[in-house]
Amino acid sequence: MNAKGFVHTYPDNVDTDVIIPARYLNTPDAKELAAHCMEDIDADFTKRMKEGDIMVAGWNFGCGSSREHAPLAIKTAGVSCVIAKSFARIFYRNAINIGLPILECEEASNAIAAGDEVSIDFDTGVIQDITTGASFQAEPFPPFIQEIISKGGLMNSIKNK
Amino acid sequence: MGMTMTQKILAAHAGLDQVKAGQLINAHLDLVLGNDITTPVAIKEFEKAGFDSVYDNTRINIVLDHFVPNKDIKSAQQSKTCREFANKYDILNFFDVGKMGIEHALLPEQGIVTAGDCVIGADSHTCTYGAVGAFSTGVGSTDMAAGMATGMAWFKVPAAIKVVLTGKLKPTVSGKDVILHLIGMIGVDGALYKSLEFVGDGVATLSMDDRLCICNMAIEAGAKNGIFPVDDVTTAYLTGRSRREWKVYQADPDAVYEQTITIDLSALESTVSYPHLPENTHLAKDSGDIKIDQVVIGSCTNGRLEDMEAAYNILKGKTIAPGVRVIIIPATMNIYKECILRGWTTAFIDAGCVVSTPTCGPCLGGYMGILAENERCVSTTNRNFVGRMGHVTSEVYLASPAVAAASALTGYITDPATL
Repeated sequence: MNAKGFVHTYPDNVDTDVIIPARYLNTPDAKELAAHCMEDIDADFTKRMKEGDIMVAGWNFGCGSSREHAPLAIKTAGVSCVIAKSFARIFYRNAINIGLPILECEEASNAIAAGDEVSIDFDTGVIQDITTGASFQAEPFPPFIQEIISKGGLMNSIKNK
Repeated sequence: MGMTMTQKILAAHAGLDQVKAGQLINAHLDLVLGNDITTPVAIKEFEKAGFDSVYDNTRINIVLDHFVPNKDIKSAQQSKTCREFANKYDILNFFDVGKMGIEHALLPEQGIVTAGDCVIGADSHTCTYGAVGAFSTGVGSTDMAAGMATGMAWFKVPAAIKVVLTGKLKPTVSGKDVILHLIGMIGVDGALYKSLEFVGDGVATLSMDDRLCICNMAIEAGAKNGIFPVDDVTTAYLTGRSRREWKVYQADPDAVYEQTITIDLSALESTVSYPHLPENTHLAKDSGDIKIDQVVIGSCTNGRLEDMEAAYNILKGKTIAPGVRVIIIPATMNIYKECILRGWTTAFIDAGCVVSTPTCGPCLGGYMGILAENERCVSTTNRNFVGRMGHVTSEVYLASPAVAAASALTGYITDPATL
């Protein structure tokens, strides 16, 4: 599996309240949630966003509330992968459970700039900055988690057991 | 190799003699929890996957608390979805308006969660129940769906930070100040993926309400869970309350901790987290002239009886400062009723406050106290992120009920010890 797209950058400690504010949590509808994705810290995100784009962030991405609406809004907005230095633990498991690709890579997060075109090989964990030519190696997922991802998320993986 | 208290509970629920930090396991769940925001998404996943039964209707808990009594048509629809699911699967612990409370105050109060339990909840503050000696952690809606269907969840066994508490708190200082101080020390990702295990001779001096507050905000340091040992305070709390027999797990003497932090409780002072991160801590007494527009006293962090009492002791017979709005929200119907019976509600209203039935409401910017542009609120809640309680330029200052009540009287952030 691969991803390729242009980069939107974010700082450390992006919380789930800014990914999807609670005032929009009166619906479980993914499309409605995606329409308000990032609106409190990046008002133009949904206008700039093109299918397949990639988010690159700092430490502790997705901290705060357990709302699965956050990774769901990002996924439904068309983001193909989130790269961060680290993820808050509930966001991390939610992303895996719903099939939003995420990668931890401090070097990539430091080097990749907003607007760069980036490609990702999920099998090898190699992140390629096409704009600058630089390449980075992300930590691969352990086999236990790879199995959940390969089955298309947690519900599919328990259904098949 | 020795195990921490958390690791022992996880090992027992995974059917293993031994687990170690970093190991991925499948564990049996004693309880699965969701609320009116997260449960509808879980129901969608549950049904989409084709499940038509739950693993145990007595172990699933659905609490309508975030937007109830419902604030708008869409939130009413979400409650209806939960209600219909609860009826269909005969969910024993379904709490609707009139019976509900804020979930993390309600489940311990009702004796539903007990020592030794392994619990997941589709709400990040599920980590609260470490106060009664349970392993409990927040997850997402899909985990809730899988938990309802199978009674199992996957976990990465956490490493731990040992937090040694010594001494005894001063009268105006509470559990909230302990956890804000700790988050200020280690940062919002200082315990990322880890357990915070509280030990030391200071533990015995902390009430159950203090412990529930401390564990509640473990997530604000990034922790997977916070946990207290089971002692006389725990046993007194659980006796006559716990609906099931409980089990006591103790950390091994040679348990491995990644880090040890010591906090002298007697040295702590009233602490406030400034916008926009809980780690941005300052002493209330050093806050100068920070003028406030609103005060909120309530939430899963500080809506318990001792919190109401702390507010009452400061507000009784007084009048709140002009231009300040004070919203008091007891966290459960029992606490709400107790405030009425003890005359505290009358004292709050006489002081100029409003008193609401239980709801998460303003904590997450839902309703019942949304902030306008540039407004400031001192709140006993748990998060002060950008836009958390309303407009993106509004500001939330996190504090204890005593600081919040003292600030309500002066109109500025105030250390109750200086009143």
